[in-house]
Amino acid sequence: MTTFLFLAFAALLTGCSLMVVLQRNPVTSALWLVLGFCSLAGIYLLLQAEFLAMVQVIVYAGAIMVLFLFVIMYLNLKHDIEDGLHHHARRIVGWTLGALLVIEGVMLMRRGWALGPTALESPNGVWGNTAAIGRVLFSRYLFPFEVLSILLLVAMVGAILVSRGTRPEGSGR
Amino acid sequence: MSALPAAVPMNWYLALSAIVFTIGVVGVLVRRNALVIFMSIELMLNAANLAFVTFSRFLNTLDGQIFVFFVMTVAAAEVAIGLAIIVNVFRLKETVYVDEVNQLKG
Repeated sequence: MTTFLFLAFAALLTGCSLMVVLQRNPVTSALWLVLGFCSLAGIYLLLQAEFLAMVQVIVYAGAIMVLFLFVIMYLNLKHDIEDGLHHHARRIVGWTLGALLVIEGVMLMRRGWALGPTALESPNGVWGNTAAIGRVLFSRYLFPFEVLSILLLVAMVGAILVSRGTRPEGSGR
Repeated sequence: MSALPAAVPMNWYLALSAIVFTIGVVGVLVRRNALVIFMSIELMLNAANLAFVTFSRFLNTLDGQIFVFFVMTVAAAEVAIGLAIIVNVFRLKETVYVDEVNQLKG
């Protein structure tokens, strides 16, 4: 059952990713990406990362993609139907590099992965995943967590400053 | 997190992660629309996240999931800044195609 679910989600994710790249209309790409993120959340569930699955749906499929769609529609691209992968040289180079990367990945996959000793995070498996993550996040990773909040603040200020843009001379404010 | 053996071997998850990452790389390389390039970058970030979660599951530790949490935050910040830049570029150049934005070319 798990295997079947994994294969289904994996096929969905791969297909959606391909559609993101191959679609000509950015809005369609964005919608395929939303579906792909949701299937990735399913894979997270299979990996017993329930908290991340929910965050994936809420933050990625929800917030980030809404931001994307908002910007796409805000720009209101008149001639946004780019000719897909029309540039011949670009296409050849891109697919060649992609194929090289696939070959590299296959060669890496053929080696065994040595995992080393595993740490037992939950002694008898009674913690829920969210509680366990909270415990680790607010103890071992407390400082990075706080730094992250500063990062978000900086990003927010930066986004506002950048998107305010430059006003024409003498337009006042 | 239980220590039960997983039904799906770890390599499958990693292979899926590699496939999605590759698709993202191809997207960045072949597309000209800055918005689609951004989406491809998101694909790559998510592929890396999948690898993190996989190792977290199979090493039976939570650090990988914490890292995914961090990556998601950084991705959100990156998208906010990046889209602001794209909006600005569109205002200046009336285009989002990266090969028409070549003012910095030496």
